[in-house]
Amino acid sequence: MTLTAPVDTKATSTTVLLSVRNLRVWFELRKFGLGVAGYVRAVDGVSFDLYEGEAIAVVGESGCGKSSLMRTILGLHRPREGQIIFDGRDISRFTRDELRWYRTRVGYVQQDPYGALPPFMTVRGILEEPLVVAGVKDKQERLERIRQVMREVKMTPVDDFLSKFPHQLSGGQQQRIVIARAILLEPRLLVADEPVSMLDASVRVEILTLLRQLQEQHNLSVIYITHDLSTVRYFSERIFVMYAGQIIEKGPVNEILENPKHPYTWALLAATPEPDPQNVHKFREVPPGEPPSLITPPSGCRFHPRCAKIIHGTCERQVPPGFEVSPEHIVQCWLYEE
Amino acid sequence: MKNGNVLQVEDLYLYFATKRGVVQAVDGVNLALPRSSAMVILGESGCGKSSLARAILRLLPRNVHTYAGRILLDGQDVMALDEDSFRENVRWVRVSMVPQAAMNALNPVIRVGDQVAEPAIVHLGVTKEEAWEMARRMFRYVGVPEGFLNRYPFELSGGMRQRVAIAMALVTSPSLIILDEPTSALDVLTQANIMNTLKRIKQETGTSYILITHDIATSSDLAEHVAVMYAGQIVEVSNAAAFFSEPLHPYSQKLMASVPRLHGDKELEFIPGRPPSLLNPPTGCRFASRCPLRFGKCDQDPPTFRLGERLVKCWLFEADAELAYPDTTSAHPSEQRR
Ligand SMILES: Nc1ncnc2c1ncn2[C@@H]1O[C@H](COP(=O)(O)OP(=O)(O)OP(=O)(O)O)[C@@H](O)[C@H]1O
Ligand SMILES: Nc1ncnc2c1ncn2[C@@H]1O[C@H](COP(=O)(O)OP(=O)(O)O)[C@@H](O)[C@H]1O
Ligand code: SF4
Ligand code: SF4
Ligand SMILES: [Mg+2]
Ligand SMILES: [Mg+2]
Repeated sequence: MTLTAPVDTKATSTTVLLSVRNLRVWFELRKFGLGVAGYVRAVDGVSFDLYEGEAIAVVGESGCGKSSLMRTILGLHRPREGQIIFDGRDISRFTRDELRWYRTRVGYVQQDPYGALPPFMTVRGILEEPLVVAGVKDKQERLERIRQVMREVKMTPVDDFLSKFPHQLSGGQQQRIVIARAILLEPRLLVADEPVSMLDASVRVEILTLLRQLQEQHNLSVIYITHDLSTVRYFSERIFVMYAGQIIEKGPVNEILENPKHPYTWALLAATPEPDPQNVHKFREVPPGEPPSLITPPSGCRFHPRCAKIIHGTCERQVPPGFEVSPEHIVQCWLYEE
Repeated sequence: MKNGNVLQVEDLYLYFATKRGVVQAVDGVNLALPRSSAMVILGESGCGKSSLARAILRLLPRNVHTYAGRILLDGQDVMALDEDSFRENVRWVRVSMVPQAAMNALNPVIRVGDQVAEPAIVHLGVTKEEAWEMARRMFRYVGVPEGFLNRYPFELSGGMRQRVAIAMALVTSPSLIILDEPTSALDVLTQANIMNTLKRIKQETGTSYILITHDIATSSDLAEHVAVMYAGQIVEVSNAAAFFSEPLHPYSQKLMASVPRLHGDKELEFIPGRPPSLLNPPTGCRFASRCPLRFGKCDQDPPTFRLGERLVKCWLFEADAELAYPDTTSAHPSEQRR
């Protein structure tokens, strides 16, 4: 089995499944006796549309807000501002029942397969729970659906695995169970938060291949979160580059990889290694400094303290709007002001 | 000096006793590392990479079944040393290690400055003030601001904690450092930063490295030599330039085919199945069940063949190579025992 790149984009429809509008997710910083002392602006003004059957990738350094964005889409955090529209409906207006329904429509493959599975439950128990919660009352039917999903994630022969505990499975097998749980209720959107970063190179490809097969078979929309740009083109149709709580460049995968525009995207690409024996002879280019504080983010362009291309007088003062490189390719950087 | 190798490992075995039988984690390993150079050890999870590192440093768990072979450091056989002199003169003095997941293994209640100073106090017998001064120098070296000396691990980012772990391994100025998955849990920019730091240290101090990883692309940043480990054994040793352009062993070729690329249209492959259990490894070539090139002879254990500078343990090379270890008898510790 192999994975090819680039991903065929013709299959994608033009129906929007998920629309994120000007989303802000701020976490309160409390100081004893002082009330709110400030906010961690983990997501600060993010907007995008995701189409039916489309896979997008959100890339960025750790701490830039990727997981916070996803957890908010899943309804696990309340946004401070903005909307999440799923299938035409604003999820913040959902009643408790509707929210329960929504959670069956979105599957979640969380970061770290080791922490994702309850250690004292068997594979069968882990997969049965969501079915019970979803109100599948017939025991035989539950077992049949568990068998079906285990075949889909290629955990066969199924009976060899049903009574195993997570620690008796390899990392790749654990991640398959996490994926099985995520697709069990036949969601339309799958959020995969760094699904392969903890795995071996070969197992990584195996899991990405599986995810892509599932996506194509079920016409799933997928949000794939990663810091590793090299895997993205085997899996996604568009890339959103995130920095300090904001999407600073977005466009089709090949466009971003072959014609990147934002200095931060350049930095990510320059840091992404390929197995080249020449690498030992040179140092990697890395932007100076650390990612900024999300409590007091830099003024103007948030990348300006680390940017080699800074336009003094503009970049520190004014927030760059989105400039169109092409109708599909948008970059938030003053270098592209007409 | 007896030869130009900082480390030479000959017929090294490390077996563990478990309830289910003997785990043959390191099974007759031979390696040589020239002074001031870096070797990467590649291989899937569970192939024995960390066990090899522990065997070299004699960091043995309680359930050791067999520990045998020769380990020469700068030509001196340190296997012959008793535990006291090994601890006083070798471990952490001449060879140190950054263990797997080191950044999460720092002591949470001790300031990081004290943690870096400690090996100097314990192993070099310097005063607390001198050790603290050395720690300060190490912080500068690995790129952690000196002000962080007084902080606790939870106050540092993952990348900073990993630098602290590297500083701990460096503070005694060893001639060899074993780095077990030093960047696997980190994002690409932090990875690139840490690889740059390791490279600079190597250039400035001539320290040698053994880098253990399954991240092939990142390893090319540091490695001048590549060793591939499979099921407790070394199956290929090459210089990096030759390895990355033309891996010889079918397992190495499959590993390379699983590395995602930013550009080009190469398909990504994975290796179906898993490495064999080390409880009862197969008697023939251990890779045979997953090898697309296996043939009649492969049900016998292949010896290691030498092709010029390169070593490969695979029958495909029998015709154009000579035996690498012609005088090695088949005196396997487990057979001696019988
Ligand atoms: N103390 C021990 N007792 C019994 N078995 C052990 C012990 N330590 C390691 N093993 C086994 O030895 C084999 C090799 O383990 P090791 O940790 O060396 O692999 P590795 O190549 O470093 O894998 P990874 O890439 O996952 O770190 C595994 O099957 C492991 O379960
Ligand atoms: N529940 C929370 N409370 C407070 N701060 C949080 C919470 N969750 C995340 N953060 C902070 O928000 C920022 C973004 O985190 P996260 O979304 O996890 O980033 P990523 O997934 O890109 O690594 C970080 O500074 C993190 O510490
Ligand atoms: S807006 Fe200015 S500081 Fe920001 S990335 Fe562009 S050039 Fe650099
Ligand atoms: S010895 Fe045979 S089975 Fe083993 S790697 Fe070589 S060709 Fe494949
Ligand atoms: Mg995250
Ligand atoms: Mg290991």
